[in-house]
Amino acid sequence: MSAVTAIKDLLSSFMLTELVKGLALTGRHFLSPHITVQYPEEKTPLSQRFRGLHALRRYENGEERCIACKLCEAVCPAVAITIESEQRDDGSRRTTRYDIDLTKCIFCGFCEEACPVDAIVETNIFEYHGEQRGDLYFTKDMLLAVGDRYEAEIAADRKADAKYR
Amino acid sequence: MLETVTTQGSALFGGLWPVAWTLVKIIALVLPLMGCVAYLTLWERKAIGWTQIRPGPNRVGPWGLLTPIADAVKLLFKEIIVPSAANRPLFLLGPVMTIMPALAAWVVIPFGPEVALANINAGLLFLMAITSMEVYGVIIAGWASNSKYAFLGALRASAQMVSYEIAMGFALVVVLMVSGSLNMTEIVLGQGRGYFAELGLGFLSWNWLPLLPIFLVYFISGLAETNRHPFDVVEGESEIVAGHMVEYSGMSFAMFFLAEYANMILVSILAVTLFLGGWLPPIDMAPFNWIPGWIWLGLKTFVMATMFLWIRATFPRFRYDQIMRLGWKIFIPVTLVWLVVVGLWIQSPFNIWD
Repeated sequence: MSAVTAIKDLLSSFMLTELVKGLALTGRHFLSPHITVQYPEEKTPLSQRFRGLHALRRYENGEERCIACKLCEAVCPAVAITIESEQRDDGSRRTTRYDIDLTKCIFCGFCEEACPVDAIVETNIFEYHGEQRGDLYFTKDMLLAVGDRYEAEIAADRKADAKYR
Repeated sequence: MLETVTTQGSALFGGLWPVAWTLVKIIALVLPLMGCVAYLTLWERKAIGWTQIRPGPNRVGPWGLLTPIADAVKLLFKEIIVPSAANRPLFLLGPVMTIMPALAAWVVIPFGPEVALANINAGLLFLMAITSMEVYGVIIAGWASNSKYAFLGALRASAQMVSYEIAMGFALVVVLMVSGSLNMTEIVLGQGRGYFAELGLGFLSWNWLPLLPIFLVYFISGLAETNRHPFDVVEGESEIVAGHMVEYSGMSFAMFFLAEYANMILVSILAVTLFLGGWLPPIDMAPFNWIPGWIWLGLKTFVMATMFLWIRATFPRFRYDQIMRLGWKIFIPVTLVWLVVVGLWIQSPFNIWD
């Protein structure tokens, strides 16, 4: 290092130039607008492919879509789905039990992809909770209830995403 | 009005009146100070939030204005846990020893030409003595906790605070030389005289301009002395959890916290009194001299305290050996050289402080 740069370095360290640069940077941020999303009041937009709470859908005539093919049970990497099936009185195959343990579920969305009839879907609901251990063990009735309640949103999301499938 | 209060009070309390009157003055000083300390914590969180492009606390009360009160209530209701291996009397003495000097130093601060709790002639000396007591609280707390982290924190604190006291002391000696008085009120009034003050540009006659290096040394030493960022190895959350405060809980922890913030305000107000003209308005003409002096003092102190927060939001923590190097190998030589320079300046025909 030459003598000139040594003197320059000494002077700039005594003039606190680097410190002033740092202060100027944080000072600019101090005055810039905040980017925080105030969560319960404001929300970030969600993709229509968002994988949240599960739901079982029905056809428009009220018939449940699920045909108990058990592809979702087979593909589920977390083994969170339990299905039992029986022949119904009209001769069609239907589930008698369709449980998803949401404490096991990893929300990978494979069940939705595996389903040949779009019966099991993941909605964009993520604000749900259980107060006891068993509360997040969703049975067929609970899943169907979620589907019935949010069918409009579920259908709209599927429609918006249809051309990319 | 003050005279009627004095006569009425003497009639009511008799010989005890001076004591009662002093107590009233102490309360009139300490209560607003505690309020300032509480809201400085909120302002710190807000300011650091803003530098990180987020709004800071805003949930309790409008704009988060009740956050400090919620904090205080929470700390008041928490249990004070004394570790079984701790030295109980010393453990309880630690926080008291920390907050006592932080509050005691305030008696000599002048809030206006005639407004100081004690306008004593050795004000600056008193300040240096009282602020040196600060380190004892930290050492006692660290020793009495009987915990490795607390002990390490106390060791670091004692070395750091003692080192920077020297540089700070030299900085104060330079101020003492140019103002020729240890009385805080005199020091402020001395800054109101000079070439620029005659022209009405008072802020150019204050000590900060002719003593700029000393002002910087004083302020940075003040950062180190109060164990604030970037010199907060004493607490060092990522290394020794909270240093000497690690075993404290509830109100005993709050005492350390109060002391730290009271010290921050103290160092800021001292910087204002010694270098930035105390209660004097920056420009001595309308509308600046319509504003009462204590508002100017408060504004300047607020700016200085905000500098503390700004620096905290900007710089990473110093390594311990770098802190020692800065204190011993840079600040002490710089202040010593400047001491001689100012001494020669005063003796030369260019003296501006006669």
